[in-house]
Amino acid sequence: MEFFVVQLLNSLSYGLLLFMLSSGLTLIFSMMGVLNFAHASFYMLGAYFAYQISRYVGFWPALAIAPLLVGALGAMTERFGLRTVHKYGHVAELLFTFGLFYLIEEVVHLVWGRAPVDYRIPQALDFAAFTIFSTSYPAYRVFMMGVSVAMLLGLFLLLTRTRIGTIIQASLTHPHMVEALGHDVPRIFMLVFGGGAALAGVAGVIGGNAFVTEPGMASAVGSIVFVVVVFGGMGSLAGAFVASLFFGAIQTYTVAMDYSLLDLAARLGMGIAADSPVRGLLSVSVAQTAPVLPYLLMVLMLIVRPTGLMGTRET
Amino acid sequence: MLDVRDLHAYYGKSHILHGVDMKVAEGEIVSLLGRNGAGRSTTIKAILGQVVLEGSVRFRGEEMAGLKTFQIARKGVGYVPENRDIFPTLTVRQNLVLGMKGTRERGRWKLDDMYRLFPVLKQRADAPAGVMSGGEQQMLTLCRTLMGDPDLVMIDEPTEGLAPRIVEQVAELFDEMKSRGVSILLVEQKLAIALRISQRLYVMGHGRIVFEGTPQELRTDDSVRKEWLEV
Repeated sequence: MEFFVVQLLNSLSYGLLLFMLSSGLTLIFSMMGVLNFAHASFYMLGAYFAYQISRYVGFWPALAIAPLLVGALGAMTERFGLRTVHKYGHVAELLFTFGLFYLIEEVVHLVWGRAPVDYRIPQALDFAAFTIFSTSYPAYRVFMMGVSVAMLLGLFLLLTRTRIGTIIQASLTHPHMVEALGHDVPRIFMLVFGGGAALAGVAGVIGGNAFVTEPGMASAVGSIVFVVVVFGGMGSLAGAFVASLFFGAIQTYTVAMDYSLLDLAARLGMGIAADSPVRGLLSVSVAQTAPVLPYLLMVLMLIVRPTGLMGTRET
Repeated sequence: MLDVRDLHAYYGKSHILHGVDMKVAEGEIVSLLGRNGAGRSTTIKAILGQVVLEGSVRFRGEEMAGLKTFQIARKGVGYVPENRDIFPTLTVRQNLVLGMKGTRERGRWKLDDMYRLFPVLKQRADAPAGVMSGGEQQMLTLCRTLMGDPDLVMIDEPTEGLAPRIVEQVAELFDEMKSRGVSILLVEQKLAIALRISQRLYVMGHGRIVFEGTPQELRTDDSVRKEWLEV
């Protein structure tokens, strides 16, 4: 029970963090029809910027400045990069974001080196928030959840309650029509790209110190975010939300489960002979399958329901 | 008001429009006729800046060729697409409000005008636009464009697939637009409607204008009708 509750909280905070990344990615996808491979790179930049800024002025200013910087970089990427590449079609755009991913990774290598940097959670939040059963739960995790929920609430209100939000919603599906009504759709694209990058930046600031800030973090998180977006349905915010929490849970729970099919068989009273050829396979524990499980689920989803959980668009 | 001269348009390498010349005067209703593939919709898209073009498109004396679509729209050119591009997840009211270029109602049309002309839009104001019938969506598309207070509205096949009762309502709206000084460039396949409401007509074929004249002139010109219009 204790294991279950603590992991539930962990998976929630991780899932919400994933949603901060997948929401931006899925919005950018539905608007431009392009999967931004470099999206998780903005997450990484958020973490590194926050590390650098917090060395001089502390964590709190970094929490505000780093996402703004990342957002500005994202907006510039759209304005001066993607917009130019756009006329050559989706493949060129895809290759552009792919190249950007490696570019950012190399820049990070050059500036901060290949080893993890010492980006720590702020002292003000380095205490136990409460104790469940016998486990004390860190306050920083609670803070992460708070920031994520606040950001997502803000995003929701922006999209549903403001004029620019309705313009964005309309542009997701009918950009040409929105432009014919006199709205500057290219600017909206830039703002959405910048906003998505900024959101990824926030995730980087609060996730970089909770986990590890190192040059591999973009590819590690990027592939999971990719899975989340495909699983939830490309272009669907609701789908991305459900899938984020789902994969947050899958990843958190499975790594801690040390059972295998062999154990299950033993419990059911089915003995597997020691020299059986399948014994090796059956003895693989759930924890060992954790890294491959998300991809397996994605492939299954694509076979059963190619549009994903709640997507409407063929991928 | 609208003065198109020697307009050429291209989709990739294929040359679609071969020197189109046409005019729409202030407060005039002009129809653009022709079979599918004659180049009517491409002409509209070229005026809107959505395809690559050569030649001149002047609106109130100002050159528009080379401007972006949203800039052209802001000059006062409205567009109602053939495929009723409503925003299905937004409410009917949100759709109408997005037609406005700023945050306030200004110009000739107010939300209440639309609700008065088409009471169904008021009844459904808070429902998602996607649940409305085809005819209602057509009304919404027209009204949404009018909310942006255009001086010229280009309308692509407004009565396609609509019930006769709704076609009548669309015709009434055109009268209302005319009385408020809005010019209309109508792309139409149904000859009867075009002959009834327009002051002048153009017939297109193979990316060129092949006839220009009044409804009376087109009625009497059997050869143009046979060669370029009748299927």
